[in-house]
Amino acid sequence: MSEKDVDLRRRRFLTSSVSVVGGVGAAFTAVPFVASWQPSERAKAIGAPVEVEFGKLEKGQMLRVKWRGKPVWVLRRGAEALSGLTQLDDLLRDPGSDVAAQQPGYAQNGHRSIRPEILVLVGICTHLGCSPQYIKTTDPHALGDDWPGGFFCPCHGSKFDLAGRVYKSVPAPTNLVVPPHSFLSDTRIVIGVDQGAA
Amino acid sequence: MKNILVCLLDWVDARFPLTKLWNEHLAKYYAPKNFNFWYFFGSLALMVLVLQLLTGIWLTMHYKPDAERAFASVEYIMRDVDWGWLIRYLHSTGASAFFVVVYLHMFRGLLYGSFKKPRELIWLFGMLIYMTLMAEAFMGYLLPWGQMSFWGAQVIISLFGALPFGIGEALSLWIRGDYVVSDATLNRFFSLHVIALPLVLVGLVAAHVMALHEVGSNNPDGVEIKKVKADGIPKDGIPFHPYYTVKDIMGVAAFLFFFAFVVFFVPEMGGWFLEHANFVPANPLKTPEHIAPVWYFTPFYAILRAIPDKLTGVAAMGGSIACLFLLPWIDRHPVKSIRFRSPLFFWLITIFTLCFVILGFLGTQPATILYSEMGFRLAELYFAFFLILSIYSNERSPAVYVTWLVVLVGAILAIDFLRFDPAKSALIMGSALLPLTYLAVFLLGPAFTRLNESRPVPERVVWK
Repeated sequence: MSEKDVDLRRRRFLTSSVSVVGGVGAAFTAVPFVASWQPSERAKAIGAPVEVEFGKLEKGQMLRVKWRGKPVWVLRRGAEALSGLTQLDDLLRDPGSDVAAQQPGYAQNGHRSIRPEILVLVGICTHLGCSPQYIKTTDPHALGDDWPGGFFCPCHGSKFDLAGRVYKSVPAPTNLVVPPHSFLSDTRIVIGVDQGAA
Repeated sequence: MKNILVCLLDWVDARFPLTKLWNEHLAKYYAPKNFNFWYFFGSLALMVLVLQLLTGIWLTMHYKPDAERAFASVEYIMRDVDWGWLIRYLHSTGASAFFVVVYLHMFRGLLYGSFKKPRELIWLFGMLIYMTLMAEAFMGYLLPWGQMSFWGAQVIISLFGALPFGIGEALSLWIRGDYVVSDATLNRFFSLHVIALPLVLVGLVAAHVMALHEVGSNNPDGVEIKKVKADGIPKDGIPFHPYYTVKDIMGVAAFLFFFAFVVFFVPEMGGWFLEHANFVPANPLKTPEHIAPVWYFTPFYAILRAIPDKLTGVAAMGGSIACLFLLPWIDRHPVKSIRFRSPLFFWLITIFTLCFVILGFLGTQPATILYSEMGFRLAELYFAFFLILSIYSNERSPAVYVTWLVVLVGAILAIDFLRFDPAKSALIMGSALLPLTYLAVFLLGPAFTRLNESRPVPERVVWK
């Protein structure tokens, strides 16, 4: 067959239709490969609630436990720490905890907790996922003399108050996350189960 | 005997272009005769790549990609495997050496305009190699499963989480394969580190060299040697083999002298090549007091950290690498080599280099108020460098320079106004002098002095 007998329109149509059909096939073939990177069924299943006994916690002391692979903090705040929370509003990005995703509804209040003195937080910075340090006013620190106590992320310098609320002009965009939790008794909580759900 | 070998070669050549390839890429590849010190680093990078492949294959024979056993298996390599310590230190030192060599190789390109037409693709392939290398190094650093491995990976993967509209969270979950960095992450990083990325790397290196040999090498004078030929051979060219193979072997010997010193006497390099915190097993509950990436990431990391907003910070970091990719289209000045460009260009490059090194240092340090502010100012200078390079691409009237000055000074002041913090007012206003002086010198200089005049480029290379 000589070149001039070639129907170029038909050839172009065949080339493009084969490319399109082949492309669709390749895209579908990619699905299992891409999907295999998603968390496995086992990873999804390991998310059981964790019970924490905090009766021995003194005022100002904090417990660290592991829930879904992440650090979770349980902090007992004194009256002084709680009254200090109301004086920081001008320095904070979201003092009223308006970003709903950062805490369950029952912790969307001035102290971000169910019982004012017991604060439960996921100890992962909302910037890039480091675990901030708990720095009391009495700890050695370089955060200035007026530091009222709170959390400081060593990685990129984000600061949070004693309710896990983020300061202005730091890299972290939102407040620390309050995980779902509920009280089993006066000295025992369970992390991972919503208050009222159990 | 000789006859047999010649016959064998003829037999092969009839079936595979062996002699042809040898000639095209070595014996009859004519490279400019005026290569200097800066031209060692291409071949050195190739040698380090081979070293990494070899030591990597051997480490894989003893390493266990399992969150429960990874840390212990590295200690096993260090203590119980015969010569395991040497193979591991060659690999860990090789990683840093790779970046030393690649940074110097890129710096050479910047000095002599090796990225300019017709070598844009060489530069692009090179940048892709650099990006792949960063991914390779990052994933390799997770494998020992120490504290830095874990938290470094946690931070870098979280960078993707900054993408808006919920894409970010889904993407970082997909990369980790779990809700936190875990065994699933370790296992897939191992696979990518030992199979996928090395294959990509070798392919890109082949493309880089093929593109280079298609257009021919640049040289310190930035003249095209192909323009002046005798008998079809560039007059200023010499065959790569034996001339430059011999020169490069000398470079390899000198390099290995320093390399072996590090491997045998200071393999951790005081925490710069292997960070101290990485000798502690990964603990998902506690971030080390001070975390920093390994030195080769820190200039970009400092830019990320300088900006107190998550999305903008990540965008600035991405932008700082994107600028390098676009260099051939940013700097379109017809003169290639720094030897014939203006005094202001010399200072532009010098300050950029200083900026890059100081940003690198800041990235390794804790984020204090002073250092964060310095990081911010140097990040401004980093981006200003590319803008000024672009402005310098053509001759412009004084009015154009002055307009740019007004616009850029306005932008700097506007950004300062937006991020103003009364607690740091003295620091912000004081440090603003840095970008403002920089802009004034580099934009008023060409407008009102002759400091931005290039010198005429000779027809052939200058032979001293």
